[in-house]
Amino acid sequence: MGVGIEVRGLNAWYGKNQSLNSIDMTVPANHVTAVIGPSGCGKSTFVRCLNRMHETIPEARAEGSVKVGEMDVYGDGSDPVEVRRRIGMVFQKPNPFPTMSIFDNVAAGLKLNGFRNRKQLHELVERSLKLAALWDEVKDTLHKKSGASLSGGQQQRLCIARALAVEPEVLLMDEPASALDPISTSKIEELIFQLKQHYTVVIVTHNMQQAARVAELTGFFLMGSLIEYDKTEKIFTTPADKRTEDYVTGRFG
Amino acid sequence: MSDSVDPMNTPEPIEPLPKPVTSIPSLGKVEAPRSAPKSTVLQKIRQSHPSSSRIPDEIFRWIILLSAVSVFAIVVLVVWKLVDKSRLSLHQFGIHFFYGHDWDPVNDSYGAMPFIYGTLVSSFLALLLAVPLSVGVAVYITEMCPQGLRAIISFLVELLAAIPSVIYGLWGIFVLAPLLRDYVQPFLAKTLGWTGFFSGPMYGLGMLAAGIILAIMIVPVIASITREVMSAVPQNQREAVLALGATRWEMIRMGVLRNARIGIVGGVILGLGRALGETMAVTMVIGNRPEVAKSLFAPGYTMASVIANEFSEATGDMYLSALVEIGLALFIVTLIVNALARLLVWSITGGTARPSV
Repeated sequence: MGVGIEVRGLNAWYGKNQSLNSIDMTVPANHVTAVIGPSGCGKSTFVRCLNRMHETIPEARAEGSVKVGEMDVYGDGSDPVEVRRRIGMVFQKPNPFPTMSIFDNVAAGLKLNGFRNRKQLHELVERSLKLAALWDEVKDTLHKKSGASLSGGQQQRLCIARALAVEPEVLLMDEPASALDPISTSKIEELIFQLKQHYTVVIVTHNMQQAARVAELTGFFLMGSLIEYDKTEKIFTTPADKRTEDYVTGRFG
Repeated sequence: MSDSVDPMNTPEPIEPLPKPVTSIPSLGKVEAPRSAPKSTVLQKIRQSHPSSSRIPDEIFRWIILLSAVSVFAIVVLVVWKLVDKSRLSLHQFGIHFFYGHDWDPVNDSYGAMPFIYGTLVSSFLALLLAVPLSVGVAVYITEMCPQGLRAIISFLVELLAAIPSVIYGLWGIFVLAPLLRDYVQPFLAKTLGWTGFFSGPMYGLGMLAAGIILAIMIVPVIASITREVMSAVPQNQREAVLALGATRWEMIRMGVLRNARIGIVGGVILGLGRALGETMAVTMVIGNRPEVAKSLFAPGYTMASVIANEFSEATGDMYLSALVEIGLALFIVTLIVNALARLLVWSITGGTARPSV
């Protein structure tokens, strides 16, 4: 089951440039929450702070409080490796491991966590691929084909399966469909809709229609600040802030 | 075409002729007046690519073809010359030459086995020492090193490649050999002497010293290639592994080394090629005694060394011929080792070579 996320006073920097200004945001469990905003507004940085991927970039750092369920992400003694294991992430560009078979791609995270039992591995890989709606397309070539031999949309679903295999509590998606064609995009969106039964999903998107289609809650970021955060219908129909209205009606961005 | 120039008189690219666009025949009469007055860029492009400019293209093609063919020609010539000059000993000893153990210029009896053995053992010993070291250096430079130190270490590693091999040889004689004799060899004999690889008299000079010198000489080759292929691995592969909850070492193993492995094997093959053919430094430290000994402390001899050492004093025709045949043997060994290495690459990739994403 998914868990909620509570963000309090989150600041992030790249070198001397501050890219997030004290963000407060509460993401409910088992919901899909969208993060929208123009390019460079900090929405990717925000989700990368949630699983401490932000700090893997040289000179990048973050401060503040992020609680995922019971876990204090930036607390003393918090281990980024453990954080990332419990918070899965899917990136903008599909990044399967090209030297591994489809099976090994999905099993990669499990093997990192010490799963060795072949039967158990196989069950978990099958379950993850089914969750990611890819099983039927790849079940005959699991061991024969490399992860890179799939189409772009399939690769992205493979990456989702890979992230789901380690049974995270939260799934972060950083523009997961922006490199895909419309048909693949709709498959991914359908999948996101299914996933919220088991996971809390936070999705960054450029595409406002996509946010409107998949998310129950939407946050609008502008220049490193969270301008407005509310039910998706409200953001898109009667936003409280003028800047949100300008953005969602297409007056800028 | 009416305005094409005679190809024989114009090997150089042809300057565009200052003509109105309407007269370019390929454009036809209908389109020309429409585009001509509007776009001067288009006009310029069309003028500078008349179809007669294919002639320099043809010339370029032939020059390139010639360079490619010349490689074949050089290889064929070398092999032919080696076979031709070693005809005498080929005839005398036949296939026995390659596994014979004798090297006796006085009685004109020759066998290449000790030299083949020396070359292979010293080279593989060098690989054994150099590969982990080089990969370690490359991993440190690409994944862990602070930005400022990175350039310095890279520069130092590449500097190792610029040192002449005779200097390595001198260093081997005056620094490495005493060090091995007084400290390393007694230690190895005490701890690993039972294996039989580290026993017998400790001279310092010998197979072990040759392997170590060669290892130092091929580290820059392997390390710089490994560094290149590792930094060519896209950042998103590293992020993919990290996001699964991997430690830094797991990220390097799964996200970087795994993706770069074909390139790394390529670097190792290049290093091995250098080790097999290296002459000067090895000749100075290997001890130059043609015998096959199990112990790495014992002196040995390599194919390149025996040619360099004995060619000037080879008086008899048979002696000279045998030395040239050693050269032929070196050529064949290098060929076989390279073929095996390629087979290795092919087998670990399952036939689908994919250098990096």
